[in-house]
Amino acid sequence: MRGIIKSLALATAAVALATTASLAADEPKKGGTLTMAIQQTPRHLNPAVQSGTATGQPGTQLFASLLRYDDGWEPQPYLAESWKVSDDGLSVTVNLVKGATFHDGKPITSEDVAFSIDTVKANHPFKSMFAPVESVETPDANTAIIKLSKPHPALLLAMSSQLLSIIPKHVYGDGQDPKAHPQNSENVVGSGPFKLVEFKRDQHVILERYDGYFMKGLPYLDRIVMRIIKDESARTIALENGELMVSGFEQNPRDLNRMKKNENLDVSNAGYAAIGPVNWLAFNTKDGKTADVKVRQAIAYAVDRKFILKALMRGTIGAAKTGIHPGSPFYNDGVEAYDLDLDKANKILDDAGYKKDGNGTRFGLTIDYGWPAMKPFAEYVKPALKKVGIDVTVRSSADFPTWAKRISTHDFEMTMDNVFNWGDPVIGVHRTYNSKNIKKGVIWSNTQQYSNARVDELMDLAGATNDIAERKKYYAELQEILAAELPLYPLFPSPYHTVSSKKVVNAPNSIWGTSSPLDKVWIK
Amino acid sequence: MVILTTILQRIFYAVMLLIAVLVLNFSMLHLAPGDIADTIAQASGGADADVMEQIRRDYGLDQPFFVQLGQYIGKVLSFDLGHSFFYNQPVTTLILEKVPATLLLVITAQIFALVVGVLLGVFSARNPNGMLSHFVTFVALLGYAAPVFWTGILLLIAFSLNIQLFPSGGMIDVTVEGGFFAQTWDLLKHMVLPVVTLSTIFLALYSRLCRASMMEVLGTDYIRTAKAKGLSENEIIYKHALKNSLSPVVTLAGIQFSAVISGAVLVEAVFSWPGLGSLALQSIIARDTPTILGILFFSALVVIVGNLITDMILRMIDPRVGSKG
Repeated sequence: MRGIIKSLALATAAVALATTASLAADEPKKGGTLTMAIQQTPRHLNPAVQSGTATGQPGTQLFASLLRYDDGWEPQPYLAESWKVSDDGLSVTVNLVKGATFHDGKPITSEDVAFSIDTVKANHPFKSMFAPVESVETPDANTAIIKLSKPHPALLLAMSSQLLSIIPKHVYGDGQDPKAHPQNSENVVGSGPFKLVEFKRDQHVILERYDGYFMKGLPYLDRIVMRIIKDESARTIALENGELMVSGFEQNPRDLNRMKKNENLDVSNAGYAAIGPVNWLAFNTKDGKTADVKVRQAIAYAVDRKFILKALMRGTIGAAKTGIHPGSPFYNDGVEAYDLDLDKANKILDDAGYKKDGNGTRFGLTIDYGWPAMKPFAEYVKPALKKVGIDVTVRSSADFPTWAKRISTHDFEMTMDNVFNWGDPVIGVHRTYNSKNIKKGVIWSNTQQYSNARVDELMDLAGATNDIAERKKYYAELQEILAAELPLYPLFPSPYHTVSSKKVVNAPNSIWGTSSPLDKVWIK
Repeated sequence: MVILTTILQRIFYAVMLLIAVLVLNFSMLHLAPGDIADTIAQASGGADADVMEQIRRDYGLDQPFFVQLGQYIGKVLSFDLGHSFFYNQPVTTLILEKVPATLLLVITAQIFALVVGVLLGVFSARNPNGMLSHFVTFVALLGYAAPVFWTGILLLIAFSLNIQLFPSGGMIDVTVEGGFFAQTWDLLKHMVLPVVTLSTIFLALYSRLCRASMMEVLGTDYIRTAKAKGLSENEIIYKHALKNSLSPVVTLAGIQFSAVISGAVLVEAVFSWPGLGSLALQSIIARDTPTILGILFFSALVVIVGNLITDMILRMIDPRVGSKG
C-alpha cells in the first residue's frame, strides 16, 4: 500500500516538475513558512548580551550585524555598506547602509552602533572581542569610527553574525541592566530581516518577515517557526516525516548517516568553521603523571584517532590535528599527528622510567567526561591505554555543572572536552593556552594549567597585527609547539551538519552555520 | 466535625511538609557541585573570569549557606518564589505558564489509565484463565517493565515516522490555521502519543490490581446472594462487584499521582511537551535553584492536594473509610 502511495506521489511530483520546469530553477519564490529546529531554549533572544547558539539562531534573524561572512571567510557588506581599516590598524571606519530601520521604524544610526559595541564590550562573556576598543566616534549618522589601542585582527569577525548585534539605543539604553532587559524576550525591537511574533519557552520562536528590511527584495520567507526540540531522536523523526525543514548543529553520527539515506533530505557539513568546535583529550599539565610531557606523548601515540573517526564517528568528520579548527585559514596541517604507534608509546614510557609491574601496569590515570555524547570517547581511551600499561578509570559526572566544577578547579588528570574557536583565534583559541588565563572556577579557561612563555608571546604577536601572512606564521609556530608539548591531544571537530529538506533553497552554509541571517532562504 | 478536624490536621501537616521540602531541597541543591555561572558559561560557549565572578555576585552565590537559606525561606513565606537565574523571570510566572500543559497531560493520562486499566482488569477477572486474560497480563507486564522514554521513542517511530498518523512532538502546530475546532483537533493529535506513553506504566498497575480485587470480590457471599437472586452477570459485575473492587484502585491511583508527575518529566523530554517536566529538567541541568525549588514546592502542593482529593473520593465510594467504630 505504502509502495503504491509512494509511486503515486512520485508520479504527481514528476508531473508537477514537468509543468514548472519552464520556471528557472534559480528564480527565488517569495513567501512560505520555514519550520526549523533549535536544540535548547534560549535564555533570551538578545545576542548582544547572551552568547551561544541557542540565542544565536533566532538572534541573527532578529538583529543584523555590521558584516556577514560567506563560506570562504570573506567579509561581506551587511549593515555596513563599506568599511576601511586604517594603515596603522588603529581605527576602523564603517559606513552604514542608508535608510536602514529598526523594527519600530526608527532609523539605525552610528549612535546605535556605538551603543551596541559598548553594550557588548561591557556585558558579553567574551571580553577579548572588543577589549582593545577605546572609543567609537560618530561624525555623522551613517559613519562610525572604531578607535583601537592596538591593531585588533579579530575585530572584523567580531563584527559579524551573533557576536555584534546592532541593538536600538532608544530601547535598550533606557538605563535598565541590558542583561535583564524585559525586551530581550518579548517586544524585541531588532534590526534584522525578521521580527519577533512570539517566543514561548520550551516551545517555539516564531518570526515574521520585516517589510522594512534594509536589503532590498529580502527576505524571501514570510515566516520562520523555530521549534525547540531537545531530543535528537525526536528531531530526526520530525525531519524525516517532513514536519521540520531545517535543523542546524546536528552531530549524532548514527542519525546523520540515517538521514543521508533519506531521499527528501540534504545533509551538509558546509559551514560552522567559525563556530569552530574542536574535540580533544585534555591533560592536567601541572599535577600528577600527566605533568610529564613524555606521558602525554605516549598517550597520544596509544590513542588511535583513526579508529575514533571510523568506528565512533562513523566517517562523519575528519581529523583535527591542532586546537584550531581545520576549516580556519590558520590551521596548520603539517604538525605531528601522533598516528597510532604502540611500540613507540611503550618505548617512551620505558625510557622515561615508568616500569610495568607484575600485571603489566605502569600506573593509573582517571579520565572525565562532561556530557553523554562524550562518554564513548572516554570509554574508548580505557582499553586503548591498557595496551601500553596505563590503567584508566573513567569518572562520570551527573551533569555538566558537576563536570565543570571538577575541571575548572583542576581536580582531574585527563578529560574529554569540546571547545569552540568562536571566529578568530584571539576570541576562542588563546583562552585555552594563555598562562595568564589559568583561572580557577572558570570552565574553558586554561584548565590544563599549561604555561609556556613562547606560546604566550606568539599569541600576543598574532593578536596585535592585521597582516594575515604574519599571523599565519605565528599560528603555525604556535601549533608546532603545542603539538610537541601536548597540553591537550586534539582529535576531531564536532561533525556539525545542517539537515534540510530538498525543498529548501540556500540553506545556510556560511562559516557561522545556521547562526546566520536566513534572508536568502526560500522554499520551492 | 470529624471531617473538619481531619482537614485542619491535614493542612497543618501540609505546611510542615512544605517547609521541610524547601529546607531539604535547598540543602541538597547547595551540595550539588557547580552553579549557575558554570551553566551560563556553557550556554555561552565560555565566559571570562570576571564575568563568572559577576554572575556569582549578582545571584548572591558568594554568601554563606545559612544566609542564602534564610533569605530564601523568608522570601517564600512572604509568597515570593523569587526570580529564575536562567530566564530572569519570576519563578511563579514560569511555573504558571507551564502548569496547564502538564496538568492536561497528567490528568488525561491518569484518567485514560484508570478507565482502560479497570476495564481490562474486569474483563480478565471474568475469565481468569482465558486467552484474553493472559494477553492482558502480558501486555501489562510489558508496559510496566519498559522504560518510559523507550516506549515513547518506539511509539514515535511507529506512529509518527512509519505510519504518519501523529506529529512527532510539541503541543500545538503553530502553522495550523482555522478556528477552535481545528485547533482542538490539532491539540488532540499531539496528545495521543504522550498520553499513551505516560499511561502504560499505570495502566499495568491498575489492570493488575483491579483484576485481583475483582476476583476476590467475586468470591464473596453477597455476590453469591446476588447470583441466587437471579441477577444478570453484567448487573452483578458493574452494579455490585465493581464498586467494592474499586477502592484499592482509587487508593493506588492517589498514591501514584506523584509518580505520574515524575513520569511526566521523561515523557515531556521525549515529546518536547512544554510542561513543568521540561522546565524541571532544564532548571536542574542549569542549576537554576529558585526555579527547581519552585517546581518542587509546587509538586509537593499538588501531591498533597491530590491525596486529599483521593481521600474524599474514597469516602464517597466506601462510607466505612474514616468513620470511627
